[in-house]
Amino acid sequence: MSNNNAGPVVGKRTIGGYLLSVLAWFVGFLFFFPVFWMALSGFKTEADANGPPKLFFEPTTEQFSEVTGDTTGLLSAGEAFSNSFWAVVISTFFVMVLAVPAAYALSIKPVSKWKDVLFFFISTKFLPIVAAILPLWIIARELDLLNTRLVLIILYTAMNLPLAIWMLRSFFSEVPKELIEAAQIDGAKLWGQISSVILPIVAPGLAATALLCVIFAWNEFFLAVQLNPIEGSTVPIWVTGNVSTRGNFLAKLSAASTLATLPVIIAGWMAQKRMIRGLAMGAIK
Amino acid sequence: MAEVRFDAASRIYPGTEVPAVNELNLDIADGELLVLVGPSGSGKSTALRMLAGLEFIDKGSVFINDKDVTLAPPQDRDIAMVFQNYALYPQMSVAANMGFALKQQGIPKDERRKRVEEAARILDLEPYLDRKPKNLSGGQRQRVAMGRAIVRSPQVFLMDEPLSNLDAKLRVQTRTELADLQARLGVTTVYVTHDQVEAMTMGHRVAVLDHGVLQQVARPRDLYSKPENRFVAGFIGSPAMNLVDVDATNGIAIAGGTVPFDDSVNVANQSGTVSVGVRPEHLSLVTDGTPDSIAGEVTVVEELGSEAFVHVRTKHQGDDLTLVVRDEGETSTQRGDQVSVAFTGPTHLFGADGERVGD
Ligand SMILES: Nc1ncnc2c1ncn2[C@@H]1O[C@H](COP(=O)(O)OP(=O)(O)O)[C@@H](O)[C@H]1O
Ligand SMILES: [Mg+2]
Repeated sequence: MSNNNAGPVVGKRTIGGYLLSVLAWFVGFLFFFPVFWMALSGFKTEADANGPPKLFFEPTTEQFSEVTGDTTGLLSAGEAFSNSFWAVVISTFFVMVLAVPAAYALSIKPVSKWKDVLFFFISTKFLPIVAAILPLWIIARELDLLNTRLVLIILYTAMNLPLAIWMLRSFFSEVPKELIEAAQIDGAKLWGQISSVILPIVAPGLAATALLCVIFAWNEFFLAVQLNPIEGSTVPIWVTGNVSTRGNFLAKLSAASTLATLPVIIAGWMAQKRMIRGLAMGAIK
Repeated sequence: MAEVRFDAASRIYPGTEVPAVNELNLDIADGELLVLVGPSGSGKSTALRMLAGLEFIDKGSVFINDKDVTLAPPQDRDIAMVFQNYALYPQMSVAANMGFALKQQGIPKDERRKRVEEAARILDLEPYLDRKPKNLSGGQRQRVAMGRAIVRSPQVFLMDEPLSNLDAKLRVQTRTELADLQARLGVTTVYVTHDQVEAMTMGHRVAVLDHGVLQQVARPRDLYSKPENRFVAGFIGSPAMNLVDVDATNGIAIAGGTVPFDDSVNVANQSGTVSVGVRPEHLSLVTDGTPDSIAGEVTVVEELGSEAFVHVRTKHQGDDLTLVVRDEGETSTQRGDQVSVAFTGPTHLFGADGERVGD
């Protein structure tokens, strides 16, 4: 487990190998192309975007300035991004703060019946969210939470928590038992063991989990549209806002979608660095 | 400095019936290096972990310096442990690994650095203080694990097979260094190994465990010369003692050769099946016709240079029996030779219950 310097193994290239490479590139291109086309369309005029497909055209940032500009009565881009940002960041923060001790209690010092507890957590995801929306809406109304950021923060925390616990638990279980025992013998109290030994080792897992929570919360549409259609609403609602109200909308929609995608890409890129650094930390022995 | 005492301490793992460690009684003196030895699964690690506070003690108690620590968590026992796989913190440098325990005690940074450097000097680790464990060789990691233990100046060192991940040559060298270091520091040490050579060479005293039951605690030479039961006799010594089951109804003889015993053994009192033990160096190849010798055929000659071990096949109570006889180096004996074997040294007798008979 010790040699981290070895690069990826490059076997002898065979015809089959080449074919597989070509296939991989093709599939990769197939996945990437729509995203590329979306970003590209964002820089077109509506005429270019709605006409026959064009790869070369005179780029313009007109659509970007238009979608980010304010229109009275409509959700502004700034407001939507700030709502999304806070809903995502705060809910992910709470998810991680709650999931870490829960995962600890389900893996490293398992509570009795931990399997049932784990099953309970995942079982909360069995109910389709559509089935729960009416009671949620009523509760939110009674608590005066409709059209607030708070309701989304609460629900996004609840929505992502089971998944985060489930994921973190499996990362925690991989921490060698001896390391925790060594920390105990070295005199580390519970929090010392968690902060100095366990968390640095599971950092890649934390990053991956947080990233997923961010992505899920950022892209969440259904709850936002039901509970926060006007104020306090989020980026996905703002994107659709560019669909319905205009006539020829493809370029604008592309520009809005591109903007909505950017934060996720940035978050992914940051988490990836963390993940790779964690993985490179390597061996126990 | 500390004494350690196990007082009828037992560990029964949840979901198991048989105790992994069964009523262990053991007194370890201040500054002593006590080795726990036994085959795999005999409960050595469990016993050590009970002392460390990592394993619950179901019955009995454990004392460090006359203080009952049976229920104390590991943090409160002032012990240091070296794990078999070293358990170094992968994300910390060598220096941070070694200083971690001091940091937990709230010792200021300068003092920490000083003590880490001192330990690093003793262990030749100075050039590696800023490296991560993964960038060290196996031997260096082993020393870091040792360093992590010694910077603390704990009451007791616990070591669980700390050399078993090293290659044979390094293991022998480290064994000596470790024994020397322990003697210099004078810290009470409990050392676990399955390797009886390691146990014999390192231990001031050696405790032999089998199936969770303590078989014997003694100085290495006493363990070798006066094993208290058949298990210890067969476990200690390499090559192993010749152990032969004998029907004792009409005196005790192996393949026609009457076995001599010292005066404390009353052969006439024995009955049923007993075991005779004799070490290879207490048998000799002799000229044919020597009274009470055992005739047989040589099957294997193991030449080690300074000595040779000759395997002699004979017939005993109707079955094939192979005796191992020590001969001088450069022996002229060859496979296929017809030879006679005589008793030339002490013999051991174990009764039907496996316990030693006589002194
Ligand atoms: N956590 C555990 N749960 C149940 N049985 C265990 C556990 N750890 C060890 N054992 C059992 O206890 C016995 C002693 O184990 P151990 O102390 O590790 O032996 P050794 O270190 O001498 O090889 C073995 O039979 C082993 O299978
Ligand atoms: Mg063991």
